[in-house]
Amino acid sequence: MPRLQTAADLEKLRTEILAARDPAKSCIAVCAGAACDGMDSAAVAAAFVAEAGKLGDKIEVRPTGCHGYCEKGPNVVVTPGDICYFEVQPTDVPEIIAATLQGEVVERLVYKDPNTGAKAVHMHEVPFYKHQMRLLIGDNPKIDPMRIDDYLAVGGYAALVKALTEMTPEQVLDEVKKANLRGRGGGGFPAGSKWETTRNAPEKTKYVIVNGHEGESAAFMDRAMLTGNPHKVLEGLIIGAYAIGAQKGFMYTRHDMPLLEKHVRQALAQAKEYGLLGKNILGSGFDFECELHFDVGIFVSGESSALMRSIEGNPPEPRPKYIRTSVSGIWDKPSNLNNVETWANVPQIITRGAEWFTSIGSEKSKGTKLISLSGNVVNSGVVEVPMGTPLRTLVFDIGGGVRDGKTLKAIHFGGAMGGSIPADLIDAPLDFDGMSKLGAPIGAGGLLLMDEDTDMVEVARYLMDFLTQESCGKCVPCREGMQQMLHILTRLTEGEGKAGDLERLEDLVEVTGAASLCALGKTSGDPLKSMFRYFKPEYEARISDQAAGGSAAK
Amino acid sequence: MSKMCEKEIDSIIEKYRGQPGSLIHALVEIQHENHWLPREVMHKVAEALEVPFARVMQIASFYKTFSLTPKGRHEVHVCTGMTCHLRGAARLQSKVEELTGLKDGETDAESRFTFATGACLGSCSIGPELIVDGKHYGRMTPEKVEDVLKRYE
Repeated sequence: MPRLQTAADLEKLRTEILAARDPAKSCIAVCAGAACDGMDSAAVAAAFVAEAGKLGDKIEVRPTGCHGYCEKGPNVVVTPGDICYFEVQPTDVPEIIAATLQGEVVERLVYKDPNTGAKAVHMHEVPFYKHQMRLLIGDNPKIDPMRIDDYLAVGGYAALVKALTEMTPEQVLDEVKKANLRGRGGGGFPAGSKWETTRNAPEKTKYVIVNGHEGESAAFMDRAMLTGNPHKVLEGLIIGAYAIGAQKGFMYTRHDMPLLEKHVRQALAQAKEYGLLGKNILGSGFDFECELHFDVGIFVSGESSALMRSIEGNPPEPRPKYIRTSVSGIWDKPSNLNNVETWANVPQIITRGAEWFTSIGSEKSKGTKLISLSGNVVNSGVVEVPMGTPLRTLVFDIGGGVRDGKTLKAIHFGGAMGGSIPADLIDAPLDFDGMSKLGAPIGAGGLLLMDEDTDMVEVARYLMDFLTQESCGKCVPCREGMQQMLHILTRLTEGEGKAGDLERLEDLVEVTGAASLCALGKTSGDPLKSMFRYFKPEYEARISDQAAGGSAAK
Repeated sequence: MSKMCEKEIDSIIEKYRGQPGSLIHALVEIQHENHWLPREVMHKVAEALEVPFARVMQIASFYKTFSLTPKGRHEVHVCTGMTCHLRGAARLQSKVEELTGLKDGETDAESRFTFATGACLGSCSIGPELIVDGKHYGRMTPEKVEDVLKRYE
């Protein structure tokens, strides 16, 4: 493939790719997302390739990233028609191929409502998908992440063309600011303002970074996005770099996901080959390159300043942020870091405009949000809904409620530094500020359901145990404060609670929160705060029970 | 360390010669190749990348990914992420510990298994999970563990 010299070259290539494709030709998309891959979807894909191979060129088989409905993997989607098959085994393959050739459906493999038995054949009828708005993740079944042509076929890099040929960097920045795109990594900070700070920083050398670390336990939407559609994230990054005036980008992601690494490497190589990275991109005069970096297995390296230390080749210890990383980051140069999902939102804002984007979502949180739905839920998976969607929709309409017929006790958001709210707050809307006020900030978007059997003291102990292992140890309040909290919580769960324990915990939460260097320590007590707010009787029972000589530990 | 691995390791080190900023890259690649970082290899890295040996040790001992001791032939992991935890990972972990006689992070005397807990690989929907040499065994129960481990000698 010769390097594309101009925007017109790219559009010509896109026309050629589309012309060579027959939309009526059947295509079987086999999910290779984290859960499906774990259920050996690779064997299913191999069976499809072998079986379809016997037919010559009649049916295309496409390995793809995460479709979303992880609970029912391995997932298979047949187009045209978006026919969804669930829990597909290699032995089902000949039947699916035969039915596809006949234009028929394999009834036994389609969705069946567990209560009514009603079947749903097409994606838009399956309850899990029906209530979603899949602007970001929706392309995943249409794309083989190893092929840039698949991304071009769904309109990929059109936003980059528009930004480079029709817009000045200032206009791109303005559009993102007007869209009020807020950071999806946890803070909800406006991306446009952050970009502007880096853009206005006096240094000439600037960097942009994709934070694809996703160390939060039970969060898996970023890797679904980045593994399944790496070019969308890259396109957002290149557009951002253009607006900010950065010459170099870094993708920082997990080292322990072989497919993720493979897809991102390939995406970067293909983008370079096509001339979407490198010197004079599409003849615009804009130069940009991007390097891939990996975390080395510690949670705190997802914190922005720690992540930047890690890219420099140093241990990932956070630093105080008197000066923001957007002014002084990697090698003390202005460095703008955004999360995978934030970058993935950029292309559509450029293509469809800020006005369109702000028409979706709640008053202060715009667009859609990717959610990792898991825990004691019937339908776990990657979900995308407009901001402002009531939690009830997520939990019941999409999630199908609580597993094993149990009742919902709590909803936990935001992983180890998030919070839990009781089931009666289920009508709260998914909104950055609203959820923060309730004490369960959205964080990166991991939503866990906890059923009636959940021991909330044990949950807090578990989360604290996780954080103590992940602290970098640099600052004392975090290192020691969390140890002490863990110590007390462990005692409580083991039936050794003492009078004064809860007051001591409250003290520790406050001091650790006020005195720690980075967000890990600062928010380490957040789950406990939410517990004390909503589930305090459970904690008090541990003290009084034990004072009376009984044990409340399960 | 086999001859083959030694050659691979040398070529990784050569690739990063004179690039102190690539220390982590080099160590990750060596860890993936050799499954642990022998001391003499870290000395070689220090020399080639022109960083003090103490810094190599700092990085190698800080990150959990790096192992400073040899690992068993098979790496057994139980995911202890939140969903796996809620879905019964603790019982799974006890069963693995009972069957292998290993605690988190240990390797047996015959170098058959190294056992470690970890979180989270993001395949929460199929938790609790047992992962052996990178192969996922989803929706694992304590009852099924023995059969899985038997396959690895």
